Amino acid sequence: MYLQMAWRNIWRNPRRTTIILLAIIIGVWNMIFLGALTRGMEAGMIKNGISTLTGNIQIHHKDYRTDPVVENSMADPGAMEAAIERILPRGARWAGRVRVNAIASNARNSSGVTLVGIDPEREAQVSFIGQAVEQGRYLMPKDMYGIVVGKTLLDKFGTKIGHKLVLMSQDMDREISSRAFRIVGVYRAEMAATEKEFVFVTLPAAQQMLKIDKGISEISIILPDQQDNRRTASALKDEFFDDTYEINTWRELLPILNAYLKLSDGFMLIWYLVVFIAMGFGIVNTTLMAVFERMREFGLLKALGMKPWWIIREVLLESVLLLLMGMAIGNILSFLSISALSGSGIDLSSLAAGAEYVGISRILYPAIYVRDVVIANLVVFVLGLVVSTYPAAKAGRFTPVEALAHT
Amino acid sequence: MHIVECVDINKTYHQGKVEVLALKGVSLAFEKGSFVALAGPSGSGKTTLLNIIGGLDLADSGRVVVDGNAFDKMNRSQRADLRLNKVGFVFQSYNLIPVLSALENVEFVMLLQGLPPAERRKRAKDILDEVGLEDMYDRRPAELSGGQQQRVAVARAIVSNPSIVLADEPTANLDSSTGKGLLEIMKQMNEKKNVTFIFSTHDNMVMDYADRVIYLRDGMVADDRVKR
Repeated sequence: MYLQMAWRNIWRNPRRTTIILLAIIIGVWNMIFLGALTRGMEAGMIKNGISTLTGNIQIHHKDYRTDPVVENSMADPGAMEAAIERILPRGARWAGRVRVNAIASNARNSSGVTLVGIDPEREAQVSFIGQAVEQGRYLMPKDMYGIVVGKTLLDKFGTKIGHKLVLMSQDMDREISSRAFRIVGVYRAEMAATEKEFVFVTLPAAQQMLKIDKGISEISIILPDQQDNRRTASALKDEFFDDTYEINTWRELLPILNAYLKLSDGFMLIWYLVVFIAMGFGIVNTTLMAVFERMREFGLLKALGMKPWWIIREVLLESVLLLLMGMAIGNILSFLSISALSGSGIDLSSLAAGAEYVGISRILYPAIYVRDVVIANLVVFVLGLVVSTYPAAKAGRFTPVEALAHT
Repeated sequence: MHIVECVDINKTYHQGKVEVLALKGVSLAFEKGSFVALAGPSGSGKTTLLNIIGGLDLADSGRVVVDGNAFDKMNRSQRADLRLNKVGFVFQSYNLIPVLSALENVEFVMLLQGLPPAERRKRAKDILDEVGLEDMYDRRPAELSGGQQQRVAVARAIVSNPSIVLADEPTANLDSSTGKGLLEIMKQMNEKKNVTFIFSTHDNMVMDYADRVIYLRDGMVADDRVKR
C-alpha cells in the first residue's frame, strides 16, 4: 500500500508532477544525446587519426620521430617481419612504408609534401588509401613511376591524371634525388589537409629513388580490437628490446588527440553535473512545496503512530517513482533521437574548415556507449535522491501538534 | 486500575516573548470504558490536555500514564508505538488520508501495525459495516460527506482495538442531525467494545451523551461531574 500511496500522491497535482517530469526527461535526454554526439565526434577523430597512416601501433627507428630523414630508416625490416607475425593477435594487419618529406612540383607549382612509399596490397588493409581513390586507379605492385595524389593537391597544381609530377628529396647519400612520376590516381580523404600533404608511390619506387635498398621508415599495425593496443605494444617492446627501434601506440603518436579525449571525459562529467544542478533545483523546489502543502497530513500520520523514518521513506519513494518515470522516458527519447540520426548523421560541411582543424569528420554520427548511459542515469537517480532528502527530512521533522495546527 | 491517569500536569506555551499557561496542576483519572467530555471555553486547555494524554505533546511537568505506560519515561519513537497500539484519534477535520479510499484509510493503522493484508481487509470491512458505511468502501474522502468522513475516522480509531479514543471536537463541523448520528455510533462502540472515549467539546449534545463532564477553565479543572 505504501507504493500505491506514493503513486497516488504523485498525481495529486498532475501539473506540478508533469513539470518535474519534464525537467527530469529533458535532463536525461540532454545528457545521453549530447554524450552520444560527443562520443561520435571522438570516434570519428580516432578513426580519422588511426586510418590516416597512424594505425594502432607504429614501429620506427629510434631517431625517426625526432628527425624523419632517410638515414633514420630501419635498414633490415625482413628480420622483424617474422617476429611481428608471431606476436600480433589474429586479425591484425601491418604494412611497412617509406615516409619522408619531399617537394612536389610541376611547371606551374611546387609544394612541400610527404612522400609515402607503400606496398599497395598490404597498405590497402591498413590505412584509408586502399578505398580512397576516386579517379583513375590505385597503385599496382610493379608501378615504378605511378603516383596517387589527393584531390586538393591536384586542384592546387591545376593538373590531372596522366600528367607528370616531379618529386624531390634527400637520399641516403645526402644528395638531392628527384624523379618524375605520372599521376595514375586521385584520392579523397576526410580532411583536405590530408589530400594536400600525402602523395603515394610504390615502396620499391621510393626505395630506389632514395637509395635505401630494402630500408623502410615505419611499420604501421592495425589491431582488430582497440583494447589490445598496450598489450601488443608491450609484447613488441619485449621482442625488440634493443634500443634501435621505438614502438608507439596511437595515443603516443597523436598526443593532442589523446589529451583531448581525456579532457572530454572530464568535460562530460562536469556537463552532467551542471545539467543535474539545474534540474535538481526544480526537484527540490517542487518537492518542498508539496511537503509544506501536506503538513497536516504528515501530522495526522504521526498522530496515528507513523514514525518519522517511515514518513521520510514515503516522501523518498515518491521521488524515486518520479525519477524512474522521468529516466525511462528520457532514455527512450534519447535512443529514438540517436537512432534517427545514426543513419544520416549530422552534416558539418558548413563548418568544414573549423571541424577539420581539430580532426572532426564532416559527417557526425552519434555513438552510444553503455557506460555513458549508466553514468547519466546514475547521476540523475543518486543525486535526485540526495536532493530529495531535504524535503523528506523536513516532512519527518514536523511535530504532530504543529503540523495538525497548520491550516 | 484507571485506564488514564494524569497527575499534576502543567504545560506552558511560549509564543515569542509571551508565555501562555495552557494547563496548571491538572490531575484527573479516567476509568476503562468511560465516555468523558472535556468541556470549556476556547483556550481553557481541552485540546492541550487531549494532546498530552495522546502522547502528541509532552507536559512540562507532571505524569501521564496510559494503560500502565508512563509517557515521561518514553522517547518519541516509543510514544509513537503507544499511539499506534493503544490510542485512537478523531479530529475535528482533516481526519483521513486523501489518496486512500475509506477502506484503505481504515486499513492503514493495521498496516502500520504489521497485520497481514487479508486480516486487515476483513477487519476494516467489518468495522465500516458497523458504522453503516458498507457501500462506501472504495470512496475517497473527497467523495464522502462530512458525517461519513467522521464515521470512517471513528472506524479507523476503533479498528485496532485501542485502549482509548481521543476525539477533538468531532462534531464541530457537522449539523446537529449528523452529529447526533456520529455520537450514537461512538456510544455504541464504547458500550460494545468497552473502549474509553475522551472528547474535547463545546457541544452540549456531546456533553449530554457523556457519562462524565470535566469543565476546564484557564487551564485548571473547574468542575468534574459524573452523571452515571
